[in-house]
Amino acid sequence: MKTDSVLEKVLASGNLAVTSECGPPRGAAVDKVKKKAELLKGWVDAVNVTDNQTAMVRMSSFAAGVLLRQMDLHPVLQMVTRDRNRLAMQADIIGAYAHGINTMLCLSGDHPHFGDHPMAANVHDIDSIQFVQMVRQMRDEGTFQGGAEIDEPPKMFIGAAANPFADPFELRVARLAKKVAAGVDFIQTQCIYNVEKFEQWMEGVCERGLHEKCAILAGITPMKSAGMARYMKNKVPGMDVPQELVDRMAAVPKEKQPDEGIQICVETIERLKEVKGVAGFHIMAIEWEQKVPEIVERAGLLPRPEV
Amino acid sequence: MITAERKPLEEIIGYVKPFDRILLVGCNECVTVCAAGGRKEVGILSSALQMAFLKQGKNLQVKEHTLERQCDPEYVEELSSMIDGADAVLSMACGCGVQEVARRFRDKPVFPAVNTKFMGASERQGVWAERCQGCGDCLLGITGGICPVARCSKQLLNGPCGGSTGGKCEIDPEVDCAWQIIWDRLKALGLQDRYEEIIPAKDWRTGRGGGPRKIIREDLAE
Repeated sequence: MKTDSVLEKVLASGNLAVTSECGPPRGAAVDKVKKKAELLKGWVDAVNVTDNQTAMVRMSSFAAGVLLRQMDLHPVLQMVTRDRNRLAMQADIIGAYAHGINTMLCLSGDHPHFGDHPMAANVHDIDSIQFVQMVRQMRDEGTFQGGAEIDEPPKMFIGAAANPFADPFELRVARLAKKVAAGVDFIQTQCIYNVEKFEQWMEGVCERGLHEKCAILAGITPMKSAGMARYMKNKVPGMDVPQELVDRMAAVPKEKQPDEGIQICVETIERLKEVKGVAGFHIMAIEWEQKVPEIVERAGLLPRPEV
Repeated sequence: MITAERKPLEEIIGYVKPFDRILLVGCNECVTVCAAGGRKEVGILSSALQMAFLKQGKNLQVKEHTLERQCDPEYVEELSSMIDGADAVLSMACGCGVQEVARRFRDKPVFPAVNTKFMGASERQGVWAERCQGCGDCLLGITGGICPVARCSKQLLNGPCGGSTGGKCEIDPEVDCAWQIIWDRLKALGLQDRYEEIIPAKDWRTGRGGGPRKIIREDLAE
């Protein structure tokens, strides 16, 4: 074991891992964090805490992660290269680790263009691949990126994202290979709706044996309505929602659409379980965390292993 | 070249309002090429200002002069014969030119009439696009001749990110994905293998990270 991460232990046990997501509130509303955490506790192995998602200011991932840790959940500290230079990133990684956070996700982050501070400066001192290299160096070599020794190095289980649906498709396996070479331990993918395309990507991943070098958690987001399906199809960059799914959502009456969304989600997980190289699921039920237990249960992912 | 765009007339009027005699100085280099601050633009701005002030009953005197190169002390010196006849200088050069004039004539107010934008190239008639951020440690030799620092919205040295769609950047369908172009070019050159070499984190000391930069050529410096 490289770390004390529960996620690493679950993956090592050979079980399919299940992670979910908690978006911190836009303010110091501790109760909101706790409420979301309560909804997820016991149903998933670890919970990603997003870092200023969609480039909107929120309670920091670090702080909300500490709240989760105090409730005995296992947070996955998300961190983006957009808002911090390498000094600030390393400082927060040590700080988070000091508070019992041992799993993290290294991202570049949504561009400020999409958020409510489009006037903010982009930092991007390093990119997501260099970020993975830096955290690995801190853990395995016990040194900062600048070379100095760390007094008690943070032992982080290192995650990154992959989007099999972005262009150019022919680079998507190669880019994952770069993240693996950088030292990534696990991957959480973009939400999967186009299962065929995902399968095609996984074939390329397995051909190169990348699934043996990092654990690939398939990203799942239940759709609440036909409107949301259409929005994600047409408006969200890098998202691939097939027309059939939009039609399927639109074919049921509005009040039944949430159920249909959950049904699609469960069917997708069932199908993805059969895909070689899938090591687990990352269920991002955005502002719909109360549905996670139902999804996990219906998809046959219970009980969560004791590790 | 260094590209620039003229500031809104209202802003320029705000700067020169307190003065009666203006020395309006263009530059014959980059800002002439990008049609922002050459001789022609000096003439247009001069007329526009005089008309705007005439409407308010004020006779603004504008002396027009376009220097060969406003960032060069040798050429800026030319202004010394005209500077006493002006209450203020309005410069249509890039920020380098404005500062050189301000440095040379310490007791004369100097205002910029253009916004300096970026180091870029002409894409077609009337269109200029950013190409270089002057990071001080050129990567073009390993990125197929396309700069990810200047042209990727997230400055990814190991892109493309998950927002590349149909060759375009997620921030704007008008913006090309730099990494798509880099990849296409690596393919055209038969250098696909190079893609998987991780480009290490950049040392920004050669850029702005090291503070204001200076080049001293011992063989040329006096």
